[in-house]
Amino acid sequence: MESLTQALKVVPLNHYILLSAIIFSIGVIGVLIRRNAIVVFMSVELMLNAVNLLLTVFSVYSNDPNGQVFVFFIMALAAAEIAIGLAIIVMIHRNTNSIDVDILNRLKW
Amino acid sequence: MTTLIIIAILPIVLLYLGLFKAHKLLLPVTIAGLLLALGSAIWQWNNGAVPIYHDMMLFDNFSVAFSATAIVSTLLILMLSKGYFERISNNVAEYLAIILFSLAGIIVMVSYYNLSMLFIGIEIMSVSLYILAGIDKKNFASNEASLKYFLMGAFSTGFLLFGITLIYGATGSFNLEAIRDWAIAHPRGINPLFHTGIILMIIGLCFKVGAAPFHFWTPDVYEGSPTLITAYMSTVVKMAGFAAFLRLFSVSFGPLADFWMPTLLVITIVTLFVGNLTALYQHSFKRMLAFSSISHAGYLMFAIVALSAGSGNAIFMYATAYCIASVIAFGVLILVQQQLGGDHFECFNGLSKRNPFLAAVLTIAMLSLAGIPLTAGFMGKFLMFTGALARFQVWLVVIAVINAIISIYYYFKVIIAMYFRTAEHDELTVPGYYQFVLGVSALATLIIGIFPALISNRI
Repeated sequence: MESLTQALKVVPLNHYILLSAIIFSIGVIGVLIRRNAIVVFMSVELMLNAVNLLLTVFSVYSNDPNGQVFVFFIMALAAAEIAIGLAIIVMIHRNTNSIDVDILNRLKW
Repeated sequence: MTTLIIIAILPIVLLYLGLFKAHKLLLPVTIAGLLLALGSAIWQWNNGAVPIYHDMMLFDNFSVAFSATAIVSTLLILMLSKGYFERISNNVAEYLAIILFSLAGIIVMVSYYNLSMLFIGIEIMSVSLYILAGIDKKNFASNEASLKYFLMGAFSTGFLLFGITLIYGATGSFNLEAIRDWAIAHPRGINPLFHTGIILMIIGLCFKVGAAPFHFWTPDVYEGSPTLITAYMSTVVKMAGFAAFLRLFSVSFGPLADFWMPTLLVITIVTLFVGNLTALYQHSFKRMLAFSSISHAGYLMFAIVALSAGSGNAIFMYATAYCIASVIAFGVLILVQQQLGGDHFECFNGLSKRNPFLAAVLTIAMLSLAGIPLTAGFMGKFLMFTGALARFQVWLVVIAVINAIISIYYYFKVIIAMYFRTAEHDELTVPGYYQFVLGVSALATLIIGIFPALISNRI
C-alpha cells in the first residue's frame, strides 16, 4: 500500500488535475452534442469517473482516507442511477421504438 | 435522527403491506407514520444539538423546522393521493414507498454537516424522483418528463461532485466547519481549486432548484409528470434544495460572500424575469404553475444573495407559504383535470358558480402566491425584501417588486376566469378528504398571513 501511494506520487498533482478536467470536459461535451440516450448516459458516467479519479488523487496527496471513502459512495449511487436510467430508457424504447433524445420534444412552449 | 429512522423504515413497512394486499391500510399507516415522524422532529426542538456521527449530521433548529415543513407538506399531498394512484396502476404501495424514500433523502439534505451527506441526500431524493416522474408508463409526456429529469439530474450531479472534489482538494476536508476555517485562513487571492469548486457547486445546486439559466428542464418535467408528483416536486423538493443551498453557503462559504455574491445576484435577476415573463404566455394552468415555481425560486434566492442571520427564517417563511399555496393550487388542478379532462385556463371558467368552495380556496392560494397582504405569501416576500434592503440591495428589490407586479397578471387570470366568465359545465364534486386538505391549507395561509409571529423568528 505504501509503495502504491509512493508510485502514485511520482506524477505531479497538476497532471492528475488536468487529466481529470479533460475527461470531465469530454463527458460534458458528450452530453451536450450526442443525441442517443445511451451515449448521453455513458458521457455522464465519464464525468462521474473523472471525479472519482480526482478524489482518489487528492486523497493520496493529502494522506486522508475520506476522499477514497467518498469514491465508494459515488460508485454505489452511480450504480443505483444506472439501474433507474436504463429502466427509463427501456420504457421509452417500448413506447416509441427509439432512444433518440430529439424525439422527446413534444412538450414545448 | 429518530425522524430519519422512522421515515426510512416506513416505506419498507408499506412495501410489505402492498405484498400482503392490505391496500386499505396503506394510507392510514403512511399518515400515522408521518405524524409520528413529525412528533419526533418537533421533540428535537431547542435541545442544543451538536453534530453527530463524526460531524456527519446536525439536527439543529434549522433542520427541525425544514424537516417539519417537509413532512407536513408531504402529509397534505399524500392525503390528496386517495384514489389518485389507483387510476395509474395497482402498485400503490410502491408509489407511496418511493415518495417516502425521497422524503428520507430530503431529511438528510436539510440536516447534513458534511459534503458527503449532502451528496447522498440529494441522490436519494433525485433517484426516487426520476422514477416518480415516469410512473404513468403508458403516457408519453410522463416518459419524456422522466428521461429529461433523469439526464439533467445526472448531468447536474456531475457538476456538483466536481465542485465538491475541487473544494476537497483545496481544503483537505468535506466537513462544513473545516471548509469555513480554511476559507477564513486564506482570505486573500483566488485559489484556483477552491473558487472553481464554489462556482461548480453553484451550477449544480441551481440545476437542482431550477434557477435560470439552468431551469430549462423544469417546465417540461413539471408538465409531463402526474399532477400529484408535480405538486410534490415543486413544493417539498424545491424547499429542500434551498435549505441545503442555504446551509452550505451560510456555514461554509459565508466568509467569501464578495466572491460568489455577484454570480448569484445575476442568477436571481435572470430567474425572476425568465419565470415571470414566460408564465405570462402560458395557456395551461399546470405549465403556468411550473413557470411560477421558477420565479419563486428567484425570490427564494434573495435570502442567499443577502446572506445574514435572518436568512434561514426568511427562506422558512417564504417556503412554507409557497408550499401551502401550491398544495391548494395543485389540489384544485387535480379535481379539474379529473372531472373536466383538461388543465387550460378555460376549464376554470365559471368555477365560482359550479363550486364556490373550490373557487374561494383557489383565490386565496393565488393571492398568496402573488403576495397580496393578509396572506402568508405577503409575509414571505416582506421578509425577503427587508433582508435584501438591510444589505443595501435596493436595485434588486426594485426589480423584484416589478416582477411581483407582473406576476399578479397571470395569477389573476385564473381568478377572473373563475368569477367573471361563464361556461356550460356540470357541477364539480369535491371528496371529503380534498375538502379537509384544501380547507386546512387555506386557513393556514390566512392565519400565517395575519399572525406571522406564529412561525417567523423561530430559527
